[in-house]
Amino acid sequence: MAASCRLKPLSSVAVSGGTHGNEMSGIYLAKHWLRDPMELRRGSFAVTPFLGNPRAIEKCERYVGQDLNRTFTTELLSSTEAEDEPYEVGRAREINQTYGPKGSAQAFDFMFDLHNTTANMGACLIVDSEESLLPMHMCHYIQTHYKWSPCRIYLYKLPGEETYSIDSVAKAGLALELGPQPQRVVRADLFAQMRALMACALDFIELFNKGTVFPAFEIEAYKITGRMDYPRYPNGEISAMVHPKLQDKDFLPLHPGDPVFQTFSGEEIVYKGDTTIYPAFINEAAYYEKKVAFAKMEKHTFSIPGLQRE
Amino acid sequence: MTSCYVVHEAPVRRVAIFGGTHGNELSGIFLVKHWQENGAEIQRTGLEVRPFITNPRAVKKCTRYIDCDLNRVFDPDNLGRHMIEDIPYEVRRAQEINHIFGPKDSDDAYDLIFDLHNTTSNMGGTLILENSRNNFTIQMFHYIKNALAPECCPVFLIEHPNLKYATARSIAKHPVGVEVGPQPQGVLRADILDKMRKIIKHGLDFVHIFNEGKEFPPCTIEIYKIMEKVDYPRNKNGEITAVIHPSLQDQDWQPLNNGDPIFLTIDGETINYEGDSTVYPTFVNEAAYYEKKQAFVKTVKVKLTAKGIRSSLS
Repeated sequence: MAASCRLKPLSSVAVSGGTHGNEMSGIYLAKHWLRDPMELRRGSFAVTPFLGNPRAIEKCERYVGQDLNRTFTTELLSSTEAEDEPYEVGRAREINQTYGPKGSAQAFDFMFDLHNTTANMGACLIVDSEESLLPMHMCHYIQTHYKWSPCRIYLYKLPGEETYSIDSVAKAGLALELGPQPQRVVRADLFAQMRALMACALDFIELFNKGTVFPAFEIEAYKITGRMDYPRYPNGEISAMVHPKLQDKDFLPLHPGDPVFQTFSGEEIVYKGDTTIYPAFINEAAYYEKKVAFAKMEKHTFSIPGLQRE
Repeated sequence: MTSCYVVHEAPVRRVAIFGGTHGNELSGIFLVKHWQENGAEIQRTGLEVRPFITNPRAVKKCTRYIDCDLNRVFDPDNLGRHMIEDIPYEVRRAQEINHIFGPKDSDDAYDLIFDLHNTTSNMGGTLILENSRNNFTIQMFHYIKNALAPECCPVFLIEHPNLKYATARSIAKHPVGVEVGPQPQGVLRADILDKMRKIIKHGLDFVHIFNEGKEFPPCTIEIYKIMEKVDYPRNKNGEITAVIHPSLQDQDWQPLNNGDPIFLTIDGETINYEGDSTVYPTFVNEAAYYEKKQAFVKTVKVKLTAKGIRSSLS
């Protein structure tokens, strides 16, 4: 068995609520922590809370100009300020200045990003890839210590794709995605779950910082392989809905030939792929305009090497 | 056969189905768009049924409204306002709609308007009644409830001196609100669309049967009458300080008694309902009502009776 990897302890940690201005669990949590940061303190570090997209939060919209959580590409972050640029481009530069710069030695050690989805994804932990050692260990710790509901791991980076999310500004990051919750609604149950998940994650960092040796393990995770759009009319409008048999079945197997869409005349459209996939983000409100009815995921088991602090 | 217990009502010839009064409530929008392309399902002999998108600009942006809530501006003041430059889009639109389907309170107004809505609240397929003395509508609701049984179809009466609002459908002689949830804004669920579709089908079947001359004897239905709106607890800055309690979340139409939890603060403190009698909350945690200062609405259960009706041309 390979020896543990050693990483520096974490000292600069941030959490964004309201990267999307209508995903309410994270917004209410971040506002609470800004008034009273006690919960975010541990012996060896403290977490800095902030509101990701304050203008969108004020309007209770996902974004004002463009999706903030797609704006952290190298190109956009290094672009020069222009008068007519979308608000979120300027905001991304600010965030990059405060918590980055992305890719540099000065960047924050870790960033959490709090989200909700209208999809039935339960408690979902979003990491860029299985190669991100610290986040994978954090997910494993959360899965074994958070008892309220199962947590699934979602690996979001497609091969060759650049990272573009807010947490990619820091050296490592994790997004918490809780659903189903409508936009603009706070459900007490999901709010409590998100709070408890954060507490668990911070417990892990504290243990890591204090020198705990985390042994190697095997872990199941869902890795994105593509996205499926809705069938559409020539004018671009959707011509079918997520099929009732697929609705709410996030992370359950979808086999070739299983129903995926239903037209307004009642016809069934089936999945025409070659292999079984595990769909996620099924019927997410914000993804209609991104032309995504669901994300196609494969289930993998990864071997993750052990970890301890330097 | 004539009977003094039967009211002769004019046949219903002109029917409209409104979708997109709120541009992010998708079931009605997609049903209306589908029916505009292929209206076979909503046709009945002897009547004209016109599907119509009421707030196209809001629908295009997938937002509830552009300037103000279209479903609150069909009052005489707004409908009569002179067209000046900075009139809100929805007021101008309300006047256009009143011109096409009204004028409200005149003989030329449409006979019946179904107005299709979704809610984030767990209200199931709710029918909204504006007037407790509208025999035709109460009879229709009785018919729809029976057709959908054993599935529940709550009837919500919004008649109230100050809480009643001036809806788009109020232009018609017989306004019918159809509110189906839970569905998030901007999401189209097949099961919710199907529920809405069935309600419309039975509503149109009723109109057709009524026009053909069937006599509907007096009937009684159980309804929920609006009593009072309850806002979220707020601090002096107007910010919400507690959310709907998990015990109340999703419990629309279930009895709420004195001492039952209604809100939960961020510190974990429970706030309980204080009241003399059992109420039946609805619109519990509706996304669009945070800005209207409404966490839920209290209703009481009432039995409403309609006189027997028969079409006057038969």
